Amino acid sequence: MRNAAETIGRNTLAGIAELGLAAVLLLESLGWILAGGRRRQPVRLSAVLAQCMDIGLRALPIVTVLSFAIGAMVAIQGIHTLSIFGAESQVTLGIALSVTREFAPLITGILVAGRSGSALAARLGTMKINEEISALTVIGINPVRYLVAPSLLAMVMMVPLLTWYADLVALLGAGIYVSLELGISFTAYLGELRLYLDNHDILHGIGKSVLFGMLITLVGVVNGLGVTGGAEGVGRMTTRSVVHAISAIVITDMVFTFVMTR
Amino acid sequence: MSAVIEVERLVARYGEHTVLKGIDLQVQAGEIMVIMGGSGSGKSTLLRHLLGLQAPYSGQVRLLGEDINAIPPQRLVELRRKMGVAFQGGALFSSMTVGENVMLPLREHTRLDESTMQIMMRLKLDIVNLAGCENLMPAQLSGGMIKRAAMARAIIMDPRLLFLDEPSAGLDPVVAASLDELILKLRDATGMSLVVVTHELDSALKIADRIAVLDHGDILVCGSVAEVRASSSERVQALLNRRIQPLELNPEEYLKRLTGVPVSGGATA
Repeated sequence: MRNAAETIGRNTLAGIAELGLAAVLLLESLGWILAGGRRRQPVRLSAVLAQCMDIGLRALPIVTVLSFAIGAMVAIQGIHTLSIFGAESQVTLGIALSVTREFAPLITGILVAGRSGSALAARLGTMKINEEISALTVIGINPVRYLVAPSLLAMVMMVPLLTWYADLVALLGAGIYVSLELGISFTAYLGELRLYLDNHDILHGIGKSVLFGMLITLVGVVNGLGVTGGAEGVGRMTTRSVVHAISAIVITDMVFTFVMTR
Repeated sequence: MSAVIEVERLVARYGEHTVLKGIDLQVQAGEIMVIMGGSGSGKSTLLRHLLGLQAPYSGQVRLLGEDINAIPPQRLVELRRKMGVAFQGGALFSSMTVGENVMLPLREHTRLDESTMQIMMRLKLDIVNLAGCENLMPAQLSGGMIKRAAMARAIIMDPRLLFLDEPSAGLDPVVAASLDELILKLRDATGMSLVVVTHELDSALKIADRIAVLDHGDILVCGSVAEVRASSSERVQALLNRRIQPLELNPEEYLKRLTGVPVSGGATA
């Protein structure tokens, strides 16, 4: 009994310490992004661009495939469900809102967490056990400026851009299915989209995705820096970072949606 | 001569466990100070404190006259430009070529143009006998080459203080001897001060101006090679002559360790 209480207490403390570390890293990164130039230690554009390539551009093929499938899936389910009431023609409204407000940001966030969040954790973890982070520090290069800030900046730019792209592809996927199934022209489908979709809906999804990008980076970094015990430790923390990032994304999504729809 | 590194009453603790018990140490300009000791003697912890990677529990570490735990971050960065460090495992950045690794401090701290940086990088690689290896990735290097590349990166800014962590550990005797030669050559050519942490006895005796022998968080003896050799301390002699240390056993502690439960005062064997 005492052991169980001790374990709960210790894990709670460790959890709070990790949250604290994440908050400090976020503030420090913002500090370097905003004032690094003045301190003659700027966040390097080349590092940010390299991260953008990795997080954004290289994820395009898989984002395309998944969002197309998600769009078609929403259309199939929508038509199937609405056919119960004989209201198939209203499917575009459901597609437009659910894709832009939920599916596109969520699927993009989960994908980036699996692809880039885990890579970030693995990279930092390996650097830590190889003393590369200590090496950076003694060279006089702040690891937060050199490693964390570029990833954070790239992530909060790329996840929204990918989400926006996923919006387009998913709506395209849904449109193709809808026009084939219901026999309406694609132009008519686009016309309906224009009618139902508000900037507000798209921004709702994009706004969330900025938060997701931030969460993925911080979870990846905190887990990467928490690596102990060699290669096995890197593997363990990499897995942990994916699970934590996806959980954080889903829970944040719920809270964000609740607050924004009040 | 003036002291470039001053350590005063340095105490380091991990939780309840005291690793360094009030160390006093000075390194003079142009001197090679070797810190020796067996595993668990606290030498790695001492090095991490000298590098400012860990803050002391109490006591002071002053490098070039500045207390590294009290100066503002910007001054610390400036101080770090005058320091070079080669870690035990090299700590080369695996995503960069050897050349990029060596040039990194120049890129971050200077505004030299690319070709000047390249020339300086090749010069330093030449000094450590790695000429022509600048385009290789760290994964393509052997253990000895990694340590030499790390040394090239450590000296690229022409530091006044150079710290080497186990420079010859795990290398074959010929490569280890050539690294020792390199260390002496570097000091003679540049006049920098070196702190070398090692447990390799032959290497220590060859390169050291002074040796500090660390044991269980205390400095047993600190002096020239002759002074250390003449030390009357049994532990120092054991280290010099590679004798196995008899373990000091406290019966109560031992019983506690074996059974995993605290033993009451009267129940000792």
